[in-house]
Amino acid sequence: MPKNQIPLWEVFIRPRNGLAHKHCGSVHAADEVMALQAARDVYTRRGEGTSIWVVPSSAITASDPENKDENFEPALSKVYRHPTFYDIPDDVGHM
Amino acid sequence: MYSQGLIGAKTDTGEDEAFLAAFQARIDAEEKIEPNDPMPDGYRKTLVRQIGQHAHSEIVGMLPEGNWITRAPSLRRKAALLAKVQDEGGHGLYLYSAAETLGVSREQMTEELLSGKAKYSSIFNYPTPTWADIGAIGWLVDGAAIMNQIPLCRCSYGPYARAMIRVCKEESFHQRQGYEIMMTLARGSDDQKEMAQDALDRWWWPSLMMFGPHDSESQHGDQSMKWKIKRFTNDELRQKFVDATVPQAEFIGLKIPDPELKWNEEKGGYDFGAIDWDEFWRVVKGGGPMNRQRIEARRKAWEEGAWVREAALAHAEKRKARRAAAKMAAE
Repeated sequence: MPKNQIPLWEVFIRPRNGLAHKHCGSVHAADEVMALQAARDVYTRRGEGTSIWVVPSSAITASDPENKDENFEPALSKVYRHPTFYDIPDDVGHM
Repeated sequence: MYSQGLIGAKTDTGEDEAFLAAFQARIDAEEKIEPNDPMPDGYRKTLVRQIGQHAHSEIVGMLPEGNWITRAPSLRRKAALLAKVQDEGGHGLYLYSAAETLGVSREQMTEELLSGKAKYSSIFNYPTPTWADIGAIGWLVDGAAIMNQIPLCRCSYGPYARAMIRVCKEESFHQRQGYEIMMTLARGSDDQKEMAQDALDRWWWPSLMMFGPHDSESQHGDQSMKWKIKRFTNDELRQKFVDATVPQAEFIGLKIPDPELKWNEEKGGYDFGAIDWDEFWRVVKGGGPMNRQRIEARRKAWEEGAWVREAALAHAEKRKARRAAAKMAAE
């Protein structure tokens, strides 16, 4: 990153207690204090959250979209991991 | 609308047929394209320009309305206008972030705006001499923007589509607050009604121009439609806007400044008069009443903010160095 560029932060917001923080966008800021302030101004103007995380974008490791098939396709054929795969008579009741 | 800056731009793309066909197949299957996915260079360039122009429009769009924040006629109007202008700033930031996912930096986009290389919507080059202009902008300009942005929520590029969903959710209040201002003035004294009519007279045609040239004049439109960056043509969106807005004007007793405006039963929409395209091109090319002032204001903000950006970075460096030193001392 060139010297005069202000670092990028990814913003995660918890909409309310009991829910997980969810990625909602990014902001530029010189440090973590300003990143939190900017995230609050940009992403919570209408009560969207009760808690914010900011993470330097450079700290995130992502899977390569090129490997999408080998990563995720194996799960598609394993239908026996889902409850609907098993035949249980209705008479048994809710299970 | 936000593709005004694409006028004359090349969408040529250097990839081979098989690559382009595979990409088009993903688009046709309504798959969203994400930042690290392979994409034709022309697709990337078109989006960088369009999203960049859209972001610049939000930021420059703060200026005509910011002009009235300190002079709003009541605390209610002032709080609403302040919130609206703050939203525009936020929308600009969502959009800059979306453009940055395509590999362009914020600094580069800012420099291109200030140098005049990048465009922003022609509409923001008109002045706001009266309070009624704030009503007209919310009602007409934000109304036209919503008309354009709703289909962009289904744009094939994921980050742009997601930014648009957020923007559209927030934008509806902008149009309603503008219409409420116009309605209040239109039901007020004769002078107030005249002021509302005068603002409508000045903003009507520039609002129609926001949708860009006629489809027959717009060459890159076809490619953008094929790539599902755009979902409707300029003329389709313009027609929708006219059909939605005319009854709203009638409801508050204001007259659309177009003698040729007439309901066309057969097409189920309004026919309207010819747009002054000379004026449109003049404003797009920098000759509008406020082009110079708008860019000057942005340049002033950028230059006068330089020391703040530098100080914030220097402060961050200093804290980082201190933390490192304290850690070393502790070990």
